[in-house]
Amino acid sequence: MKRYLSVVISLISLYGLSNFVEARQIHKERSIYRNVVITEENNIRCMRFETRRRNITNQACIDLKDKDRLVFEYAHGVLAGYAINPNPHRILILGLGGGVLSNVMHQLSPQAEIVSVDIDPVVVKLARKYFDYQENEKVRTEIKDGRVYVKRALLKNEKFDWIILDAFNGDYIPEHLMTKEFLLEVKGLLSPNGILSANTFSNSKLYDYESVTYQQVFGKLYTFQAPTKGNRVIFGCNCEDFKKFPNASESLVSQLERYKVDPTEVWRAISDKVDWNTSSDVLTDQYSPANLLKRVD
Amino acid sequence: MCFEMLGGRMLAPFFGSSVYVWGSIITVFMLALSIGYLSGGRLSLFNPSVTRFGCIFIVSALTLLPTIFFSEPIFEWVFERIEDPRYGSLVAATFVFLIPSIVMGMIAPYSIRILTVSADSSGQTAGFLYFVSTLGSAIGTIMTSFYLVLWMEVNQIIWFTFAILFGAGCIALILGQLDNRVQSEISRNFEKDNSKNSKLASQV
Repeated sequence: MKRYLSVVISLISLYGLSNFVEARQIHKERSIYRNVVITEENNIRCMRFETRRRNITNQACIDLKDKDRLVFEYAHGVLAGYAINPNPHRILILGLGGGVLSNVMHQLSPQAEIVSVDIDPVVVKLARKYFDYQENEKVRTEIKDGRVYVKRALLKNEKFDWIILDAFNGDYIPEHLMTKEFLLEVKGLLSPNGILSANTFSNSKLYDYESVTYQQVFGKLYTFQAPTKGNRVIFGCNCEDFKKFPNASESLVSQLERYKVDPTEVWRAISDKVDWNTSSDVLTDQYSPANLLKRVD
Repeated sequence: MCFEMLGGRMLAPFFGSSVYVWGSIITVFMLALSIGYLSGGRLSLFNPSVTRFGCIFIVSALTLLPTIFFSEPIFEWVFERIEDPRYGSLVAATFVFLIPSIVMGMIAPYSIRILTVSADSSGQTAGFLYFVSTLGSAIGTIMTSFYLVLWMEVNQIIWFTFAILFGAGCIALILGQLDNRVQSEISRNFEKDNSKNSKLASQV
């Protein structure tokens, strides 16, 4: 009896300990949309939306021991866009997260104007507090729905050289940011030869629908498949022909070293292979059941 | 509820899907229903009939047509004029969803009037009607959000709703006409009987 009891007690304490070791919650804040939580584990600090689900998706992570290291694989892929345009003047990031990409891009192109848009003011606040998100005269934040920002920017005839879509990390996909009409609006904001990098999904039935939609708007696509995670970065271009994804220049390779980005690995994961069902339906404002499609394999 | 769920999807491309937009939609629908209940109840005071009941269904179906054909230019027009997504979505939702929802709201109190036989059973009638309408709302919500958006485009779902309302209205009109005929037949027979009776009485 005693033996059983001690086994039970040690199991319970192990479970408690494992929870503690798994991710220590250092801050929690309520926003109008959800609870935003900051966790730390093995010197990795992450931002996540509170959930009871087992598969947790982090919105942003930094390595506290090496703050320059880019923790997320997809971010390595996004930076490959510098090979296409090494000198962007205006960058738009839809979906701020921890502001990690904005910080890196500000370091890589300090002359560029960077606008980050996020719907949740608490995410922006915690990015400043816990992820050292830098804002200055070149870098600014707009608290808005991404689609609303894009539509307003179009009315003002604004142009961007590089647009990064990074609003698809949560459990719920903003369906109005996946449609053909939205992508056409985004394309309308791109300057001639401007590029789009979209962090998207690589599993479920949504893959085919989403890929076909991007393809219809941008034509030729290149994709970066994250080696170990389910992310995929789609590259589209507002140009006549997007025949080749340029290799990383020597200066880019040396610049990326600081962020522990291995160009060989990244460029190996980039391809123009069309591995989706091209006869899938296109997602439109009239038909965009992205969240339902995500549940279907 | 089906219409309300679609409202969110229709507004999202212009005003986003932030919590304000949902707040606007729910506000407009609730406001419309309250006006609809009030005016439906008033309307039921004047010569209530199944034919008129059917007309409400048909009018509510017809008010969906501008939503199908003009919602986008209306949203665009509001978007260009009101920058704040809270008031923008509120005004846009009012323009497009208020009138159809008012007319749909008129159906419930009018149904109570049609179904009520006596004051004693009026509570039961109202209870049954709440049961049917709330169950319908639940089915409308789940069907729209789980299945219909996967099977059809937004406008196709509105056409589908239009067809149901229009069909129900036509059925009510037909039933109303039949009911009228039966009523007039009864009253004619009643008059005949009356005249016979009076003749008999005079002979006696």
